[in-house]
Amino acid sequence: MIFCSKNCPKSWALAAVAVCILAAAATGCKKAQVDAFPASGAVTGWDKTSDTRVFAPKDLYQYIDGGADQYISAGVVSTSTSDYKYQGQLEATVDVYTMGDAAGARKILETGLAKDAKTVQLGDAGVAYAQSVIFRKGPYLVRIVAYESTPGTPQALLALAHGVEAKL
Amino acid sequence: MKNRRDFLKTAATGAVLLGSSAAADKLGLAAILDQHAETANSRVVVARDPALHGQNGQLDEKHVLDLLDRTIAAYTGRDHPVEAWKRIVPMDKVIGLKTNGLGGKGISTHLALVLAISERLQQAGVKPGNILVWDRNARDLEACGLTISTDPGRVRCYGSDVAGFEDQPVAFGSAVNVKLAKILTRECEMVIGLPILKDHEMSGVTFAMKNMYGVVQRPQELHSGGCNPGVADLNCIPVVREKVRFTIGDAMTSVYDGGPGFHPERLWQPNALIVGEDRVALDRTAWQIIERKRAEAGLPTLEAVGRPPRYIATAADQAHKLGFNDPQRIHLMEV
Repeated sequence: MIFCSKNCPKSWALAAVAVCILAAAATGCKKAQVDAFPASGAVTGWDKTSDTRVFAPKDLYQYIDGGADQYISAGVVSTSTSDYKYQGQLEATVDVYTMGDAAGARKILETGLAKDAKTVQLGDAGVAYAQSVIFRKGPYLVRIVAYESTPGTPQALLALAHGVEAKL
Repeated sequence: MKNRRDFLKTAATGAVLLGSSAAADKLGLAAILDQHAETANSRVVVARDPALHGQNGQLDEKHVLDLLDRTIAAYTGRDHPVEAWKRIVPMDKVIGLKTNGLGGKGISTHLALVLAISERLQQAGVKPGNILVWDRNARDLEACGLTISTDPGRVRCYGSDVAGFEDQPVAFGSAVNVKLAKILTRECEMVIGLPILKDHEMSGVTFAMKNMYGVVQRPQELHSGGCNPGVADLNCIPVVREKVRFTIGDAMTSVYDGGPGFHPERLWQPNALIVGEDRVALDRTAWQIIERKRAEAGLPTLEAVGRPPRYIATAADQAHKLGFNDPQRIHLMEV
């Protein structure tokens, strides 16, 4: 039994904790509400060029069609996405998948590795390619893709990834 | 000379006036279908141009138009592009161009292809306002580089977020409670599919038939079982089967693994267009192209990773009869 028979301070504290736990469970936990997207200028050269769009698991098909299934299977709680532009030219998209737990994020990262993946120091684990960076940190799986490959793209993407990581 | 962007942006200027729509219809797609019936095969043309992408990695619009002309010439047997197009589309009717922008900016139907087709359609006599470029919504269209326009004097471009879906659901097999896009049911007389060739996490491959998931309100309900028989069933719904009569598949850039989203690490440039009327034959051809690339990249077959595109065989079975899956019945022309 959680509550005392009388309204003692201890019972109120326990009730508050219980309410918080229930609220967190009902809303997909506090981690679903984290704003992982750096504002324009927060990372040198990068501007945030769109509003952040958020998809619940049931709506994820609207965003990534058949790609949704693997995230849903791995326990995705929420997906947020926003567009960026580097020095007014290089366009990129940042996707933040909030999974139910770290295992879900790990599963997605490890399943999707291509053989030319280059390990990078980001979050709990991360990889980079010529036009993309993917990393996980706790329950978060972050995927950043650029729409153009230039000599400066990998470095620019890494800088943005560090900016996202710092907000998680 | 007008460039291809002008053909989308301007009104009827430059359009060639043609004869009656009835006369054009007689020379239209039905004639090609009859011609094929004589050989009882389906024709699929795969046309390539290794120089399609310039040194900066961007598509060269002139090369795209040339490739389109070469593809259509091979398909119709007519060298003059405008004459060839007159054999494909009915005049004085609304022609829909169903793009696929779901994958986002990096892996959507290319703007250069839409512009090239719009240019040739107008030269063949289709009024700009009778060309309707469409997809699920504005975001998908903008991912292709298109601009939304409902101006009836110009090439129109908008999605089902503007035009809406039918209230009355339709069904075929497993595809039940399907609410179709009004653009398909009410606005277009004929639709040319402009899918982009992609690997697909669930269905194995997405190309001609899977592109039709963009014409229904709730495509997620058709994804079970690796989209089989969902893809085949959806394409059997009469209005889909009858109106979507031609496909100009964009295989200029493709993703061979991790699709249908944009995965630049698995992107490649087949630099090709894949054209035909038989959606099953087209998808079989597309599948083989994906498999060849996967093998080249050292990846297992789609069968080995548990997602062969089974819907292709289903679409060819006796219950569906959407086209040929038998390679002996597919006349593949590579040009």
